[in-house]
Amino acid sequence: MSAFSTTDAIARPPSSGRSRGSSYWRDLDWVLVVAAIGVTIFGSVLVWSASRADMASVNDPQSYLKRHLINVVVAMALGYVASRLDYRWLRAYTPVIYIVSVLLLLVVFIPVLGTSIAGARAWIDLPGGFTIQPSEFAKVAIIMMMAAILAEKRDVESEPHDREVLMSVGVAVLPILIILVQNDTGTVLVLGSVALSVIAVSGARRRWVIGLIGGAVIGILLALQLGLLQSYQISRLTSFLNPAGEPGGATYNSTQARIAVGGGGWTGYGLFEGPQTQGKFVPVNESDFIFTVVGEELGFIGSALLILLICVILWRAIRIAMKADDLYGRLISTGIVAWLAFQTFENIGMTLGIMPITGIPLPLVSAGGTSMMSTWIAIGLLENVRLHSARSSLT
Amino acid sequence: MGERSNRRLVILSVLVISLMATLLVRLFYLQVITGEGYRVAAQSNTLREVATPAVRGLILDQAGRPLVANRTSLVVTVDRVTLQREPDDGAAVIERLAQILDTSPASISDRLMTCGAEGAKPPPVCWNGSPYQPIPIARDVDAQTALSIMERRVSFPGVTAGLEAIRTYPAPFNVNAAHLLGYLGPVTEEALTEQGDSAAYDRLRRTDVVGRSGLESTYDEEIRGKPAVTTLEVDTAGRITKTLEEKPAVAGDYLVSTLDARLQHLVEQQLVAAVQRAQAQGYPGDSGAAVVVDVRNGHILAMASYPTYDPAIWVGGVTDKQYQDLMDSDALSSNATQGLFAPGSTYKVISTAAAAREGFSLYSKYQCPNQVKLGTQTFRNFESAGYGPITLKRAIEVSCNTVFYGIADKMWNDAGGNDANRNSPDPIAETARLFGLDAKTGIDLPGEATGRVSSRTFKVANWEQKRDTWCANAISGYPETRKTNPGQADYFTALDRENCADGFRWREGDALNAAIGQGDTAVTPLQMAMAYSAIANGGTLYQPQLVKAIIGADGKFVKEIDPVVTDRVEISRTAINFINSALQGVTANGSGEAPFAGFPLAQIPVASKTGSAQVTGSKISTSWFASFAPANKPRYAVVMMVTQGGTGSKTSGPSVRKIYEGIFGVSGSTVNPATSVLVDGAPLKRLPAVRPDGTPVAPRGKMSGQGAASGGGSP
Repeated sequence: MSAFSTTDAIARPPSSGRSRGSSYWRDLDWVLVVAAIGVTIFGSVLVWSASRADMASVNDPQSYLKRHLINVVVAMALGYVASRLDYRWLRAYTPVIYIVSVLLLLVVFIPVLGTSIAGARAWIDLPGGFTIQPSEFAKVAIIMMMAAILAEKRDVESEPHDREVLMSVGVAVLPILIILVQNDTGTVLVLGSVALSVIAVSGARRRWVIGLIGGAVIGILLALQLGLLQSYQISRLTSFLNPAGEPGGATYNSTQARIAVGGGGWTGYGLFEGPQTQGKFVPVNESDFIFTVVGEELGFIGSALLILLICVILWRAIRIAMKADDLYGRLISTGIVAWLAFQTFENIGMTLGIMPITGIPLPLVSAGGTSMMSTWIAIGLLENVRLHSARSSLT
Repeated sequence: MGERSNRRLVILSVLVISLMATLLVRLFYLQVITGEGYRVAAQSNTLREVATPAVRGLILDQAGRPLVANRTSLVVTVDRVTLQREPDDGAAVIERLAQILDTSPASISDRLMTCGAEGAKPPPVCWNGSPYQPIPIARDVDAQTALSIMERRVSFPGVTAGLEAIRTYPAPFNVNAAHLLGYLGPVTEEALTEQGDSAAYDRLRRTDVVGRSGLESTYDEEIRGKPAVTTLEVDTAGRITKTLEEKPAVAGDYLVSTLDARLQHLVEQQLVAAVQRAQAQGYPGDSGAAVVVDVRNGHILAMASYPTYDPAIWVGGVTDKQYQDLMDSDALSSNATQGLFAPGSTYKVISTAAAAREGFSLYSKYQCPNQVKLGTQTFRNFESAGYGPITLKRAIEVSCNTVFYGIADKMWNDAGGNDANRNSPDPIAETARLFGLDAKTGIDLPGEATGRVSSRTFKVANWEQKRDTWCANAISGYPETRKTNPGQADYFTALDRENCADGFRWREGDALNAAIGQGDTAVTPLQMAMAYSAIANGGTLYQPQLVKAIIGADGKFVKEIDPVVTDRVEISRTAINFINSALQGVTANGSGEAPFAGFPLAQIPVASKTGSAQVTGSKISTSWFASFAPANKPRYAVVMMVTQGGTGSKTSGPSVRKIYEGIFGVSGSTVNPATSVLVDGAPLKRLPAVRPDGTPVAPRGKMSGQGAASGGGSP
């Protein structure tokens, strides 16, 4: 068993005579929970500010915020469920979750049910004006499925077999290909990073890691070279390298985003006072470009605080991965760390002009129900792993 | 779990930390280090200024009668931002609007296009202003049309009928004064360039209308006022999100002119009468000017130019045809300040002053033969009259050219004759310069012409400029002309050969011509009026002025504009007195006697000089009549001229007499100051008052010059 969890168990005062319920609340990683709630509230305020201008002409200017808050409540409930699910049950039902997720990914191609937003056909229409983005759930499913395959029968061995690595690559590549066809490049990049991280941390041989990195690089080059990507996709991806290249075209979003963030200075214009935000100069600033709102209205201090709060979540997630008492738990945590870290970096990075523009939300911050739910499920899973290792260290 | 897994998790952690650190560093760079530039960019994205021009100040005459005022006009404006939110981009609204305004939808659309946009018409059709500003599409709309638009607001989203101030000309006593008042026009590209990228809220904007001529132009800054400027924050669709700042307009200042409306009207009438008199004699009488100056301070009391035009033609913009007609009629330029005319015998006061300065005896007798021969040329007296030996005074009275030829010839010989150079003495030209005839007078009107004095230096300069052409023609020998008229070609060639060789030389003939205001000398009527004013007031050359005070629109702020002395002419009191008495002699029993027959000269002595200037290319002389009165206590100088108008005495003289009759209240041979056209019989010392609400206090009743009470006598 891992040296980390052993030390931890010794340091912790023994808990005896407590019911299962009370040990749940006691053993929960409260720092993680508080940080996640903090980021979620922070995000809700930003969504409020961003949607105010859009909603000004609607009867209820707060309607967008209200919907967001409903999503948050549902998401946190799902997170709670994910944290309480039985660990073994979870592992046993992983293939089912995975298959359902892949099927959902295919539903978007059914004309009546699927819908396109910003060029990506990645949403399923639901009654009542709601939409869900199955690729968000796919992130969770892929991580669980890969973890299940790579950790199978290997709790005592030092490295996974090639067959398991190959299988895990397969379960990752299938949904990735579907999402690629949906035109959701950002999610593809995040999932690629996630898959690579999970395989690396699983202890797979070095040639696998190097081979997969090389394969990804060659794949990207081939996609560019063979014209597999549409020209607008390429210009969107490369516009951040040459921001003055095409005013009003692909660079418009990137330029307006940087004007918003840059204008914030140290302290920002103040909440609801950002001219770029309130003037709707930055497109989709309640979801993909939400970071422009904090950048412009709360300045460097507010933005840095938000990044640091996300860093707290990542720190706790890494800590949970380190202390996980089995490879399954560690790989789930690792996948979630990679997911949240890369998606955060990609989202904020595109706002700051150092990453290509892709339509992915900032976890826990952006409006968008599916993203909020899947992220909270991820938080719940992290807690589940933590609780499992805490309990097993006591037995 | 194996070591490898642990190690890789650590690597992943380091990677995650570096990613987050990268974000923080980049964020710091963007926001803190380069933030200022982005703030400016955000401002230009979101800030919009909507400027509404201030009400322009009024232009009042010396008694407070408005010469230029404002009236409100109904203007229909269209807010393009609102229009574009219509499902069809507002096409239906434009259609309805065209119908109600009785125009075509295309002509409305043209007006809504931003200048420089693809397919936009050139200004002033296209819109030169901010797209956030309502765009005027029809001015001076009748109330019925405006009402029907405002009653059906739902059918006309973004369309408003509102009031705007436009210029109006109350024309007290039916004055015209078009050249003096000037007109408004869109701000010029040069003016915008000149102010650079000023961000001052009262800067000129492309939509601004500014004075383009006359007092409207000279005092534009004062009477324009400061615009009301609202600074708005707008969103990406152009919707207003916030009003950041509202600066109220500051109404433009009022000008108090030195002009007297009633006198101005009289002078305008009399100028027309002089022109008609010329035409009645069978002369073209194609243009003319008249100036009345207060000799004690240079105030222009009246100034007229013929032909003229209706100043109201500019209001609301002229059509192409109207503009072309104006250009063709020559009515746009002011003959009084922009026309250059040979002064003829009125210039003899200059020659006399020069003679006095050179020590010629003012009381000796001079020969007045009917002609002087110089080589092949003959210099005649006008109408070839010879008087024998006469005094200099008499020579002025009867306008004897040959006496002045004699004086000029002696001056020319004394300076070295043909051997003189460009620096040799040139007393008559020198004296003309002292009286300001070779310079702008500095009147507060734009575009004044600079007079030209025939002189040695002018001749050299002219030769240097034309020598190459002359010499080339002398060599080529006019081949084109030669084909049809070899004799004329020979004559031209000989002339150019001579000019090429020594066209710079100030010859005897040049000197003689210059003495009687002929040759190259050409001056504006205003210059002549200022020179005569200087003689009248004892030698002080004033800068003529049309505005004597600037008053705030609330009547509180008052800035008087003091008279400006340009120069004090170096001339002896004796010489001044001599010229004064000689000019009185002209009116009493000389060339100016006829028009003043029966005028009470004993009470109001008038000093005058007639002029009938010969002009190259015309057989009909320019009629001049330059004068001042009362000669014993000079107060007013009156100068009038009519081109191709005949003699000064016959054509201009009678009109000048009428002007004096109006000023002094002369009726027949009786003088009654109470009947003067001027309130209280003279220009008012006090300034007219402006009430806090902006209404000027003007004379009432008959002296208001408005309505049925108007009229300043008949021609």
